[in-house]
Amino acid sequence: MKAEQYTVEETVLAGWPVRLSSYRIGATWHCKADNVSPGATIATGKGASRVRAKLAALKGAEARLSRTRKRN
Amino acid sequence: MPGYANEDVLVTTEWVERHCGDGGIRIVEVDVSTGAYDEGHVPGAVGWSWSSQLCDTVRRDILSKDAFEALMASSGISNDTTVVLYGDNHNWFAAWAFWQMKVYGHGDVWLMNGGRTKWLAEGRELSTDRPAPQAGSYQASDPDGSLRALLADVRAAVEAGAAELVDVRSPAEFTGEILAPPGLPETCQRGGHIPGASNIPWGEACAADGTFKSAEELRELYANAGITGTKPVVAYCRIGERSSHSWFVLKYLLGFDGVTNYDGSWTEWGNLVGAPVERGA
Repeated sequence: MKAEQYTVEETVLAGWPVRLSSYRIGATWHCKADNVSPGATIATGKGASRVRAKLAALKGAEARLSRTRKRN
Repeated sequence: MPGYANEDVLVTTEWVERHCGDGGIRIVEVDVSTGAYDEGHVPGAVGWSWSSQLCDTVRRDILSKDAFEALMASSGISNDTTVVLYGDNHNWFAAWAFWQMKVYGHGDVWLMNGGRTKWLAEGRELSTDRPAPQAGSYQASDPDGSLRALLADVRAAVEAGAAELVDVRSPAEFTGEILAPPGLPETCQRGGHIPGASNIPWGEACAADGTFKSAEELRELYANAGITGTKPVVAYCRIGERSSHSWFVLKYLLGFDGVTNYDGSWTEWGNLVGAPVERGA
């Protein structure tokens, strides 16, 4: 068993840059969303396809990022 | 390894693949939780959760000596075991475990260069088996205070100008624009940084694949901010895990003396009443 079709892409959610790392392990697709700077994992998702795994991670990431406030 | 002061603290993913089944070696994946470990991990690796296994879960502190010994023993680690640590986020939490193992005097600890991300991206073998190692026997040393900065140490160093402070958080955290990394809970009352600190984000020590930059590149990175190893260095971040990563770079890869990790970090300093704070770049 290994991670296959490992792909990294970047997008913007709620005004913040997000990096999505997605891959398949066995029959399950996984996606990790991190906040680029500093690179902390903010949400993960999994599903039967890359699309479903990414959607799950994006949903969690957007919910968390929308609560981040700039102070000045 | 490319010119590091200590070359016996890093192993490659190739090396781990060849040796992960060898006797006398314990591979450990360390993350904020064991969620990533559960997806699949280096064959034979045990998993540690930073949140529940590498911190005192009642008071804010590193593990007690007794708890540390129990964790090592239950992980099949004896005093003479070679331990290879790796994890997500380019080894943030693995570096914390490395730091804590050195605090308690473990002799032979390595980081897998590039961490979990590199292992996955290279398509190396994964396992979901959870090893049940035979309990080892472990006797920790008393904690080595020379590796750790506590609040009183940092306050004294700031007042006396006796140490260089390296804030390894993102520029937006350093300036006070945000109180926590985007998407994470705010854990402090005030934003900004400790007066006099240099902002050298942890990730600047890494290449694109998450491996550490060469010694020459690292030396230049820190020298550009005036950090040359001529004075003691205190690394800090928000909760002490990113600064463990930079502590590792400064102490082991560059070989600076007197490098400490201020694990109280901004969640301590940024909540103090009356502490001096600087804002902006």
